[in-house]
Amino acid sequence: MSDFQIRSDGVDVEQIMRQIRSRIREKRGADYTEQEIRELATAKLEKFLDPSGVRSDLLQHFRRAHAAQQTADPPMNYVFEDTTLFESPRPALRFIRNLLKPVLRLFFNYNRLSHVLHQQVIANTQMHGYEARRKTLDALYYEVMHNLVLETTRLGIEVTNLRMRLESISSRLDFDERRARALEGVVQYRPSVIAAAASQPSPSPQSVSQGQPGQGQQSGPSMDPGVAERRSRRRRRRGKRRGHGVPPGAQGAQAQGVSGAGAGQSAGADAHDEQNEHPHREHQEHSEHLEHPDHGESPENDEQ
Amino acid sequence: MKLAIVVQRYGADINGGAELHARYIAERLARHAQLEVLTTCASDYVSWKNALPAGEETVNGIRVRRFRVSRERSPLDFGRRSEQVFGRPHSVADELAWLKSEGPTSPALIRYLSSHAGDWDFVLFFSYRYYHAWHGARAVPSKAILVPTAERDPAVALSIFGPVFRGVRGIMYNSFEERALIQAATSNADVPGVVVGVGSEVPAQPVARRFRQKHNIRGPFAIYVGRIDENKGCAELFSHFQKYTQTFPDGLSLTLVGNALLPVPDHPRIKHLGFLSDEEKFDAVAAADVLIMPSYYESLSMVALEAWALGKPVLANGKCDVLRGQCIRSSGGLYYESYAEFSEALYALEASGPLNAVLGGNGREYFRQHYSWSVIERKYLEMFERLKQENKAGTTRRMEPLPGWLARRRPDVRPAQEILATLPSGPVDARESAREARVYDSFAHEVRSSSPPRTPNEARPRPEARGTSEARGPRHQGRRWHRSTRSSRR
Repeated sequence: MSDFQIRSDGVDVEQIMRQIRSRIREKRGADYTEQEIRELATAKLEKFLDPSGVRSDLLQHFRRAHAAQQTADPPMNYVFEDTTLFESPRPALRFIRNLLKPVLRLFFNYNRLSHVLHQQVIANTQMHGYEARRKTLDALYYEVMHNLVLETTRLGIEVTNLRMRLESISSRLDFDERRARALEGVVQYRPSVIAAAASQPSPSPQSVSQGQPGQGQQSGPSMDPGVAERRSRRRRRRGKRRGHGVPPGAQGAQAQGVSGAGAGQSAGADAHDEQNEHPHREHQEHSEHLEHPDHGESPENDEQ
Repeated sequence: MKLAIVVQRYGADINGGAELHARYIAERLARHAQLEVLTTCASDYVSWKNALPAGEETVNGIRVRRFRVSRERSPLDFGRRSEQVFGRPHSVADELAWLKSEGPTSPALIRYLSSHAGDWDFVLFFSYRYYHAWHGARAVPSKAILVPTAERDPAVALSIFGPVFRGVRGIMYNSFEERALIQAATSNADVPGVVVGVGSEVPAQPVARRFRQKHNIRGPFAIYVGRIDENKGCAELFSHFQKYTQTFPDGLSLTLVGNALLPVPDHPRIKHLGFLSDEEKFDAVAAADVLIMPSYYESLSMVALEAWALGKPVLANGKCDVLRGQCIRSSGGLYYESYAEFSEALYALEASGPLNAVLGGNGREYFRQHYSWSVIERKYLEMFERLKQENKAGTTRRMEPLPGWLARRRPDVRPAQEILATLPSGPVDARESAREARVYDSFAHEVRSSSPPRTPNEARPRPEARGTSEARGPRHQGRRWHRSTRSSRR
């Protein structure tokens, strides 16, 4: 997300507003109007954000339909053959009807009527079969649809939540970035801070490379009293050594490390300095000096 | 020079926009002229109830004459008539009845104006839409100068106001948008007019720390100053700000200053302080990071000008042409038309310190150049001088008479809202306003150097004149009564 371009006091408000709008478009992904967004939001809310309503309604519908089916009378049907029209429990009446059949045929074709009604009976029977199978399948359809609605609703809510979280995180990240940038700008370009930073001595490269936090502070004015005491002791020790008749040339040679004993003494003194700063190492190196007398006198003995 | 100011309410403790505007102008012009104020006894703008005694009194050194209101406003009747004239075809008589219903109906004030017209050189009428301004301007048209304080509401499109806008001697507009709206609605481009506005008594050194300590406010905050009302866009402001706090949980808070006519949400980052004194108000604005102005309808936002005077940026409702235009011209604020824009713009002002500072600085400069009292007074005095020159030249302006008894009752006037929708909208281009300012300056220079008097049409250079109004002569004006408002007979 880019910052606003403010190059001078002649800031163009309309340009800033164009930048703001383009940023909004970027966020939305499409240039919807506020009204369209509201409509979309409403539609989504109706569809997804009320899953209990969707489920319960579906369930109610199903139960109502199921109950209605249970309480309904079984479907009616009848038998219709070509003789049905002339049947009668009384034999005499049945006989007369059969006798008068030819006369009746003069008025209308009762065979056609019988045929149609018979076909209707067959159709009714088939329909009852279909109905029975449909009822069995309805329960399965309900189950599937119920699960689908449930899953779709859950996914919809999850997507909405994730989108909101993403937007929130993105906004917060952007906010933090800008605030950090603003603070950096303030610190970086404050003349007093720059002047103060320039006046302070930079730490030695060695100490920086070693990365020991205590070393950088030793040369500063707020030196630890213990460290100062150790330094004065070190200076006294070196003064004693010089006082025992070490010639300046030999001292220089010691410094360069060309003489075995002298080098050993010097190394011992340096080691002592380090041991003062690192007491746990003192014991190790002292024991090494005891085990290897060729290394010369130990600093402790020298001091004594 | 003798002046009179006619305004619907007047008093040291009356803080309505137009009323305060009138008081500031009166107190400033009193330094240059003998001035008195004519007003009503009302102190409540909803009922116009006679709360103050009639007669003379002195307010901050200004002589004020109060006249009784003969009829209080009935909100029910006014609402019904407003619905009729704004939303349905109606007659001129309906509009006159609407005006009477709106009030403040004070025939005594109008009678006094008519009988004492010779006492003043000019009479300044504030708020075109009220009874006193319409009847008063018609009573003394040769001396009437109108300060319309018009907003983009349907009243400006009512047919009865056209003749008044075309018949007064001069008009002191508050903004370029207001002038564009009125000129489009009433075709009065040939009436001398100047965009003036009003200054403010901004203290030189407001103490932000004092405000923060007194109200225990820490951290950055945005401020709203004014009546907390739905009509002022506060409901939308609350909704937007609450959403904003969800998006930016660690951002600035909102402080509200003013009387609440709307419930203020109970939110940890919204603080309502109620009505504050001027000193505290300026301290509060000085302590704020940004002023929010959510109003839809403004002819001139004095609070926004005061914020600019104190070097604070403004976040305004972009649906209000005036505020949007001022933000663009001053380069002193941003504007919004939706929540997304509100959020981004407020965030930009909150998070980007340099932007905030630059906009605030621009606003301060804009206020200094256009709304400092020396500029305002100069514009008024130059207008008076110009009109005096016209008087010497014998230039007169005729107020169009009302239609006849039958014509007044013919219901063939289009609904005001329908007309308003056809009027041009949007902010006036900053370049055009700058050009206008340059032209005005050159004209003012001419006036100051006492050049020979000219007729109004010659005297006022009008780069923005549309040509059509100029092409018509004064003879044509009498037939323009319903030029834009009458519906064609079908």
